[in-house]
Amino acid sequence: MAAGLMAGFGHYTHAIVRGIPASLASEALRSIQAEVDVTKARREHDAYVHALRTTLGLQVVELPADETMPDCVFVEDAAVVCGDTALITRPGAESRRRETEAMKAALKELNLNVVEMTDESATLDGGDVLFTGREFFVGLSKRTNQRGAEILADAFKDYAVSTVPVMEGLHLKSFCSMGGPGLIIIGSSEPAQKALKIMQQMSDHRYDKLTVPDDLAANCIYMNLSNKGHVLLHCTPEEFPESAKMFEKLKDHMLIPLSNMEKVKVDGALTCCSVLLNKKADN
Amino acid sequence: MTTEAGSETEVKENAEEKSAARLDQSKKATEKTQEVVEEGEAEKEKEGKGITRYLPTWFKKQKSQSQTSPTKEDPPTEEPVSKVNQEEAHVPEVNGHAEEVEEKEQVKEKESESHSNASADTEPAGEEKVEESAQKSLESTEETQEVAEKEEDKKEVEKDRRQGQTSIFQSPLRLVRKNKMKLVVCHVTLLDGSDFTCEVEKRAKGLFLFFKVCEHLNLLEKDYFGLTYKDHHEQKCWLDPTKEIKRQIRSNNWQFAFNVKFYPPDPSLLSEDITRYLLCLQLREDVASGRLPCSFVTHALLGSYTLQAEIGDYEPDQPRPLDYINQLTFAPNQSKEMEEKILELHKSHKGMTPAQADCQFLENAKKLSMYGVDLHHAKDCEGVDIMLGVCANGLLVYKDRLRINRFAWPKILKISYKRNNFYIKIRPGETEQFESTVGFKLQNHRSAKRLWKVCVENHSFFRLNAPEQPPKARFLTLGSKFRYSGRTQNQTRMASTLIDRPAPAFERTSSKRISRSLDGAPMISITDTSREAENGHEPHLELHSDSKSPGRVRGDNIYDHDKTQDEVLKHQASVSELKRSFMEASPPSPPQLNLWEKHLTSSPATATRVQQQTVVLEEEAAGTADNCDAKEPSKTTEVEIEETVVVQEISKAAKPAEELQTWEGQVQGGARLEKKRESISSESESDEEAEYHPNVSLSIRHAQIPEEKEEEEEEQERKELSASSSPVEVNQAAAAVEDEGKDCAEEEKKEVGAEEPMKTPDKAPNGMTPHEEVMCVTTEEEELPKVNGEDSVVEARSQVICCSEPPVVKTEMVTISDTFAAQKSEIATKEVPIVHTETKTITYEAAQLDGSGDGEPGVLMTAQTITSESLCTTTTTHITKTLKGGLSETRIEKRIVITGDCDIDHDQALAQAIKEAKEQHPDMSVTRVVVHKETELAEEDD
Repeated sequence: MAAGLMAGFGHYTHAIVRGIPASLASEALRSIQAEVDVTKARREHDAYVHALRTTLGLQVVELPADETMPDCVFVEDAAVVCGDTALITRPGAESRRRETEAMKAALKELNLNVVEMTDESATLDGGDVLFTGREFFVGLSKRTNQRGAEILADAFKDYAVSTVPVMEGLHLKSFCSMGGPGLIIIGSSEPAQKALKIMQQMSDHRYDKLTVPDDLAANCIYMNLSNKGHVLLHCTPEEFPESAKMFEKLKDHMLIPLSNMEKVKVDGALTCCSVLLNKKADN
Repeated sequence: MTTEAGSETEVKENAEEKSAARLDQSKKATEKTQEVVEEGEAEKEKEGKGITRYLPTWFKKQKSQSQTSPTKEDPPTEEPVSKVNQEEAHVPEVNGHAEEVEEKEQVKEKESESHSNASADTEPAGEEKVEESAQKSLESTEETQEVAEKEEDKKEVEKDRRQGQTSIFQSPLRLVRKNKMKLVVCHVTLLDGSDFTCEVEKRAKGLFLFFKVCEHLNLLEKDYFGLTYKDHHEQKCWLDPTKEIKRQIRSNNWQFAFNVKFYPPDPSLLSEDITRYLLCLQLREDVASGRLPCSFVTHALLGSYTLQAEIGDYEPDQPRPLDYINQLTFAPNQSKEMEEKILELHKSHKGMTPAQADCQFLENAKKLSMYGVDLHHAKDCEGVDIMLGVCANGLLVYKDRLRINRFAWPKILKISYKRNNFYIKIRPGETEQFESTVGFKLQNHRSAKRLWKVCVENHSFFRLNAPEQPPKARFLTLGSKFRYSGRTQNQTRMASTLIDRPAPAFERTSSKRISRSLDGAPMISITDTSREAENGHEPHLELHSDSKSPGRVRGDNIYDHDKTQDEVLKHQASVSELKRSFMEASPPSPPQLNLWEKHLTSSPATATRVQQQTVVLEEEAAGTADNCDAKEPSKTTEVEIEETVVVQEISKAAKPAEELQTWEGQVQGGARLEKKRESISSESESDEEAEYHPNVSLSIRHAQIPEEKEEEEEEQERKELSASSSPVEVNQAAAAVEDEGKDCAEEEKKEVGAEEPMKTPDKAPNGMTPHEEVMCVTTEEEELPKVNGEDSVVEARSQVICCSEPPVVKTEMVTISDTFAAQKSEIATKEVPIVHTETKTITYEAAQLDGSGDGEPGVLMTAQTITSESLCTTTTTHITKTLKGGLSETRIEKRIVITGDCDIDHDQALAQAIKEAKEQHPDMSVTRVVVHKETELAEEDD
């Protein structure tokens, strides 16, 4: 903590992930009907975990898949971690509420200061929470409501928490994510651009933007690791050729393309599949 | 001073009585104010006399005076008051640094006061009445600060006078000053919790005390700080340095607190450690009281720096540190766990000097999202509870803990308040074409004003290079002339670089403070600091100081506000004029007179505070040939000019909504404008359509001055520059013309401070404001004007149609083309969906009016509408030239919409309007006066 408040954006030491249950193929929630190949999905996920663990050297906590929770691989929605505080969410989809239990246990295990969202009227999916390093933006979507955002603001009092209406897409982060300190990667669709405008207006800070042609490609994982520098996990050129090219502009970043073809069918983006945290900050 | 809405008859009598006795004095008083008094004053005075009995409203002023001593009223007693004030204006203050602005205000007030006195020349009435009215007024009064100040002052003066047996024709003040310099003891709570006591002269200004405190603290970078006091409502207020302390504080409560007023965004840029130390003290209290929320970890971190700064390095053998620490308050809910964490972190700061620890403290504190944010409770347009946060960057809107909107200073074109409504006019975004106004409802008038002041000061301090000059008082410019006149952050930083002294030694003793932490340190709520002296303040400035050098930060026009007493008085004074001039010009028939009477006496103002009024004056006159008419150069043409003045006054809409204004300069050819607003959370989205009358060749408008460019905004700015630059110029030109009082058409139009809290498209190409016409007074003038060059000006312009929108309708726009203001007014009034209002429309038509105006349709030669705005009025001048047979007829229709508060005096405004119209067109006569007054039966929330 010697670095002080709001230092070390993107510094992570740990990642929490969860396995893919077979029920994902048929029962996982999705906005568009699509056939999901669980085997392929698992292969993707393995590559994802491999990147985190091996390529990037994070300590990965793997929670076992639960067949009764088809969406459980998308751990991001179950918790929001910032600093040493973890907010256990109350996911907007009722079928996903129990996913938080395992997450809570894992975070407690990691000695985080766990805050729970007990208010029955509140809903919040982690996918609607964009932390920029200086502030939070919370998308008000089908899954996240005002009350949920309020509780988040209460849990992270140091930071401004601004709400952003999510007109299209599942989550706020369905079309944007951080690409670095002060850099927002944003999709080029109208709702995405609109949301960006709102975020820019609401913020006291300036953000650069990297606009990518495909909204889904705007969901990336940024890290700032001590031995790797800036790291960006992003979509593959096979998936989004135009968008993938855009990331090459980030000269300082270590770019790691990860395929997400199968998980995306059930609205899973890259950020969805992990909860990242920095344990060192606390010691 | 508030104009009380009491029984008008009573008031009248009261005033008459008094004024009769004081006529002479007031005249004298007026003379004394010569330098500030503008020409035409004498006229006013003269005029005032004749029509007194039609002008109950201006006795409201009297009433508020009589409030001071409701029982035994010896009329002369009050006179010295005004004299004193005037005197004061000219007496150099010991500690007052060229307070001319304020003084001017005062003088103005007095001036109009004396006008009213002078004009009240009827026989005195019974005393009981006086009492009665006074009492009534007391009951119904919304007690503004000014009133309080005034009263107090009056009492004071009276006392002094009695003691000193001063002649009322001399300045009692002068004598009092010479002979008895009363000293009072001030108690100032410092940031470390200690009490500083000092004596100041009773009439000392806020600045004097503030300097004394800073001197005591050995503080040079003072501009970030201020003194607060608690007002009558236990609200913390900033002591205005430019005003006498005594007039601001609650009677005889000389208790103050020294606080940070402007939180420097980057404390590391402060020059001296002592300044940072004081800022730390303030922040520790902010944090401990919960005003500055932070997380557990941050509490602990900040606490640990505090410990380091106060007790130095952690000593392991220190006796029971935990005992010591729990005496200190670091957080609202301080737990053992937190204390342990604090100690743990404290250990890690070993070797850090106190100054370094303070720096670390500040470096972390400044990142907190609520750092330097001054919160005010408010409601949004839907009545939802929100918080408005004023800070260095702009205005933030919170709902619970969530930020739901943000308006950066560069985005804000205008800030205004009216009654308990607070409005900001927003610069259109990149994709937007039109400005919009967002309204919020505050708890009461005072809080709205307080918020407004905070905004004015914060904007000035953080955004301007130099403080803006207070607006020059002028007719129909209502509102507080309050401006921040202290040093801006820029200036104070410059000054800081010049600090050349060894770092002063000071002792860090914050434990005292910490123990009293929860008593709630003053919020930054009211701002009122000006240090004109330091800035070499120039008081007499143009109202629109937008003429400042280019490139300079300009936020000048963004502050709009309520009218102040003096303005009200001015209005009152002019009412008489109005009436008189009207009567003289075209004596109304008896029934009309009755209407007048009726209007004036039965005004619902008595019962309600909010008044909305529209006055339509129509003057008509037959004049000589218009040689300017190129088409008919040699013929004897009959020119008819009709001038309609619509004075509209709107108090407020029952329900605040957003106002959407659309205006566009230089739209040619009936462009159809669509406004698209991007909806940002609370703001509803709406598409607006506006149709403009073609041929808009000139737009006259007091565009709000574009503010300083901000890097972030540059892009946007560039776009806007092209759009806004020309209108601005035009506006200034217009203003200039108007200043000379010559141009008939060009009335300065300043943005009406606060439109209804709703969306109102402002479509006028020349920036007509949205009139929410609740009430209008229309004056029409028809004349045969002499050609005097104005006409050419007139012809150069084409018509602009001003449309009004009913307050609650959000997205619809009334489109009127080629119509006269009178019609517009009808439309507008019809559509006003305000429910709780009383409306009264009185129409006068001059006896000589032959209906030529509405009769045969002539050939329209030219038509133009010019709109000018002042703070609370919108003047739309509609000039049409028609050819009727061989005669050219010029009709000037002036429509003045006064959007006003309870404090406004419509009659006076009307009077002034008529007077101005007559002055501008001496050859014309008023043919019709329509007064439309709408009074909202609003509950008083104060």
